[in-house]
Amino acid sequence: MVLTKRIIPCLDLKDGRVVKGTNFLNLRDAGDPVELAQRYNEQGADEVVFLDITASKEQRGTIIEVVSRAADQLFLPLTVGGGIRTLEDMQQLLRAGADKVSINTSAVQDPTLISRGAERFGTQCIVVAMDVRRNFEERLGTTGIELPDGRTCWYEVVIYGGSRPTGIDAVTWAKNAEERGAGEILLTSMETDGTKAGFDIAITSAISERVGIPVIASGGVGTLDHFYDGFVAGRADACLAASVFHYGEFTVRQVKEHLAARGIPVRL
Amino acid sequence: MKKIAIIDYGVGNLRSVYRGLERAGADATITADAAVIAAADGIVLPGVGAFREGMEMLGDLQETVIAASREVPVLGICLGMQMLMESSEEHGTHNGLGLVPGSVKRFPPAPGMKVPHMGWNSLRIEQDDPLFDGLMNERYVYFVHSFYAATTPECTLTTTEYICPFASSIKSGNAYGVQFHPEKSGAVGLRLLENFIERIC
Repeated sequence: MVLTKRIIPCLDLKDGRVVKGTNFLNLRDAGDPVELAQRYNEQGADEVVFLDITASKEQRGTIIEVVSRAADQLFLPLTVGGGIRTLEDMQQLLRAGADKVSINTSAVQDPTLISRGAERFGTQCIVVAMDVRRNFEERLGTTGIELPDGRTCWYEVVIYGGSRPTGIDAVTWAKNAEERGAGEILLTSMETDGTKAGFDIAITSAISERVGIPVIASGGVGTLDHFYDGFVAGRADACLAASVFHYGEFTVRQVKEHLAARGIPVRL
Repeated sequence: MKKIAIIDYGVGNLRSVYRGLERAGADATITADAAVIAAADGIVLPGVGAFREGMEMLGDLQETVIAASREVPVLGICLGMQMLMESSEEHGTHNGLGLVPGSVKRFPPAPGMKVPHMGWNSLRIEQDDPLFDGLMNERYVYFVHSFYAATTPECTLTTTEYICPFASSIKSGNAYGVQFHPEKSGAVGLRLLENFIERIC
């Protein structure tokens, strides 16, 4: 009897539809979010994440409608992110039926959003999502991470959907987020996202070992073994994937059966 | 149809609790009205967030819930369960509703173990109760919490193991509590809500 490792399908939403692109570009339509979420639920998904990737630029409202429809039909945990800037935004989504809200760019711009959100809605509600990429320029105060090829770099937090570097060290930011009351870290590496070459193990394990809150690995899954590597080598508490599930390369159940066969505790 | 009052004290995702109870066959109402609460066949005390804030937000409804629990079953969920206890050690010592003996404690630090305890873990049934009718031992339910209720073995219906074994479902008189979220625990959770409505209320 142990806490099981979680498999979390992620649905990137644009105007209320699921989309998937490579490195945040070339978006393709992948269906109705609630329909897909229901399918994942039936396959044994442990949670579902909705990320509204256009919310920063366009109208909100469609996401609220999607969340309420999903919450009415699904009895499993629901995380919503994208364009959340204020406590009122959080409140609206939680009222609509979200269990957790994920903040990314807005948390970097105003880290008190983490503490204020945690104080008002509880630590367990606040997921800090971070997009990171490798930086090989030497800089004081950064956390050196050794890559599998022997090179050393640090990971930099990037915001606005991966388009703007911040100069912030990813490990430092993760610890800062935890101290401010984040309940969970959703870590996406821009190096691996969309590549199907596997999670970015180096940064995932570095952060997971240094924080006391759960870490969700994201970006790069292409095979069943990549999930295993994410949990074992990456020390992730949950693995998130989008396209492999959307395009039916394998089901959530197949992933879990594979993990169970390799000795990882999962809910089947 | 059983009338279930979901206590609305301004916290959390009440919509899922409401839909879960509705799906499980209840005539559910989200309410802060003492008269509606007093007229219900059963009460659900939901909640997420911090203990002291929860008790403060509950305010005058504390007495309403205590009074109602003399007549009808009360089901506390997550923070709602913790508030049934005598006290909590979350950010200082604070009094709870005192319906179940014991106090709420933080998980002790343990190497490699993350807090909050977040995700699906299983229930070991320690005492038979109608709440678990039709549910086998060791079924998975969804947890999100950093604190747990330390109570007596007599009041412990199920235990779950994380860092230490803790009471994941409790009962004392009419007061029931579950540390996990039945409304987020798929078919197992819905069955448990149905049991509460049909077999306990």
